[in-house]
Amino acid sequence: MASLVKHEKNAMSGDEAVAYAAKQSDVDVVAAYPITPQTIIVEKFSEYVANGEVETEFVCVESEHSAMAACLSASVTGARAFTATASAGLALMHEMLFVTSGCRAPVVMAVVNRALSAPLNIHCDHSDSMAQRDSGWIQLYAENAQEAYDSIIQAFRIAEDLDVLLPVMVGLDGFTLSHTLENVETLPDDAVKKFVGTRRLPNVLTHEGKTVPFKLDPDNPMTMGPIALQNYYFEFKRQQEEAMKNALTVIQQVNDEFAELSGRKYGNGLVDAYCLDDAEIAAVCLGSTAGTMKTIVDELRQEGVKAGLLRLRTFRPLSVEEIRSALESVKAIAVMDKSMSFGGYGGAVFHEVRHALYEANAQPFVVNYIYGLGGRDTSPRELRGIYEDLQRILQTKRVENPIQYLGLRE
Amino acid sequence: MATEEWKFTTKDIAEKPDLFLSGHRACAGCGPATVLRMIMKATRGPTIVTEATGCMEVVSSIYPYTSWAVPWLHTAFETAAANASGIEAALKILKKKGKVKYEHVDVIALAGDGGTYDIGIQALSGAVERGHDFLFVLYDNEAYMNTGIQRSGGTPHGAATTTSPAGTVIPGKLEYKKPIAEIMVAHEMPYVATASPYYWRDMLTKVRKGLEVEGPAFLHVFAPCPRGWRSDPAKSIEYSKLAVETCVFPLWESINGQCQLSTPSKLIALAPQKKKLVTEYLKGQGRFSHMFKPQGRKLLEEVQRVTDERWQRLLSKCGMKQ
Repeated sequence: MASLVKHEKNAMSGDEAVAYAAKQSDVDVVAAYPITPQTIIVEKFSEYVANGEVETEFVCVESEHSAMAACLSASVTGARAFTATASAGLALMHEMLFVTSGCRAPVVMAVVNRALSAPLNIHCDHSDSMAQRDSGWIQLYAENAQEAYDSIIQAFRIAEDLDVLLPVMVGLDGFTLSHTLENVETLPDDAVKKFVGTRRLPNVLTHEGKTVPFKLDPDNPMTMGPIALQNYYFEFKRQQEEAMKNALTVIQQVNDEFAELSGRKYGNGLVDAYCLDDAEIAAVCLGSTAGTMKTIVDELRQEGVKAGLLRLRTFRPLSVEEIRSALESVKAIAVMDKSMSFGGYGGAVFHEVRHALYEANAQPFVVNYIYGLGGRDTSPRELRGIYEDLQRILQTKRVENPIQYLGLRE
Repeated sequence: MATEEWKFTTKDIAEKPDLFLSGHRACAGCGPATVLRMIMKATRGPTIVTEATGCMEVVSSIYPYTSWAVPWLHTAFETAAANASGIEAALKILKKKGKVKYEHVDVIALAGDGGTYDIGIQALSGAVERGHDFLFVLYDNEAYMNTGIQRSGGTPHGAATTTSPAGTVIPGKLEYKKPIAEIMVAHEMPYVATASPYYWRDMLTKVRKGLEVEGPAFLHVFAPCPRGWRSDPAKSIEYSKLAVETCVFPLWESINGQCQLSTPSKLIALAPQKKKLVTEYLKGQGRFSHMFKPQGRKLLEEVQRVTDERWQRLLSKCGMKQ
């Protein structure tokens, strides 16, 4: 794809790419607390601050809970706010994630996906962000460092869109992406700054009857984060759902606009369909696993197997219609989960994809593979095995074990 | 720090428009509501207030109504100081980028004893350590009153609350009130003070000093709660006076680590015969009523002893001896 601007090719880890994207996005306030494997992001950003390369207030908070509180309050003061975390840090933010989305503060956060304790584990899985899927945050998951960079830039546009005004988290797989050097093509500073633009604020009606920008402003006093009881709370929540619906469109628009600028595109922004047009068997996954899966699909295609892959680039909002239409021709589907939903009969992605397929014209077989927890390596051979299982299901027309654990000692 | 003397006269205060407005849902005789209305009289220009979850947050912001004539933000119970950090950081950078027109905006964080002594202390300690320019006002009604009178780190020894009831075996709260203002002094912050609404001019002066100071300031305000203290709503201000006169809640300030008694307490230090017995303050409050029964005598003596010890310690910190 053609690009409107010159790229610079860098060797960057996913974390560095994220920090660099935040640096270029004219962020006003960063409040963050270090946690493995997110640390490189805050370290890099601290360097930018120390060397005067950014016009940003860096608040080196004493916890992730305060990181989110500070980002939220900076955001409603009119600033563009960014933070990054992982695992336990995201879990500690849990309360504030809901407050941030409820206050409609368009904070952007990188979540370097990592397992949750106990036992303590610093490696990748999606337990942390999956546990926050109902927090009112938009969730994007990056396949590689390049996409992590691109998604952070896009996230500001999505979050701050006046039809959305929701916080966005961009997930990147811990270590697999965060600490691995890749070729990352960065855009020029001015191109990013122009793409992201200045923070826009919606106009709202104050209790004094004035229409003013939505921020804490002494000239136009506004009460934010009030108590709303049985008579109003429900309406606030319904509006957030409407914003999520709007985000389905905005994410696609931003993906298209970014493609014009950079020449890079991530499916339609919501889902990234790979060889699905005529696929009979397909896997559905998130994040870096898609890279390996695509090479396996290529191999299978060379062997004449009609295999495909659907990567959910956006998990919240869930693009039910896109998932359904992308998987229309597929007869057997393996949904891959890098987290558990204990006692929930399969993982979260499995639940949601099956839910999306409930109204599909033809009911495909849908099975679940839970894999890679706590950073457990998943080999290409094991991943290929998933497609072989799907072929067997198609041949026998029956599913022996709908929920399987890949690479587990049992 | 500015050293000008403030002359808050009753006329000045009456003429200044309220920033904490009437119509809120606080109980009759609510100490914190009186405190908030008064401290907002001491603001000096553009001001943003952020408040922890608690009584005053709940009574003042029931959507779609508000009692706040200044921009106001509530996010959670433990976040008053973290919010102030974010607001202050945002104002600083937006000012630098020419996106805020005000020369200066004061940031006030409000929290009750729960949001300060207990769940909020981490964020408070962090924000003070980072040196954000804000005033943290603790309105201390000495228990979790919003949720129905549960004990906090600020509940005094012996007080009965719903989680430290005066039982047949355990006579109310066994632990002592955490010396929160001293903890804040230990942060080596520029300004820490205690205040009581009875001594309103002293309180307003301290609010103004806290705002004028560059960097973090902490104000610990005594705020009686008739519902939680089981006391007469008409006597909240009287208790605010008695707490100082008995040295249960002495008034002092620490400027850059230099501790000095404020006038009402200084007068007691200079004329010790004026110091009243703690029973003068404790009697009439239902939360201490079990201490006035025969089996409560020991507890009463202990409260007097600890109050005296704390007073002596404060005197020596202020370079005074008794």
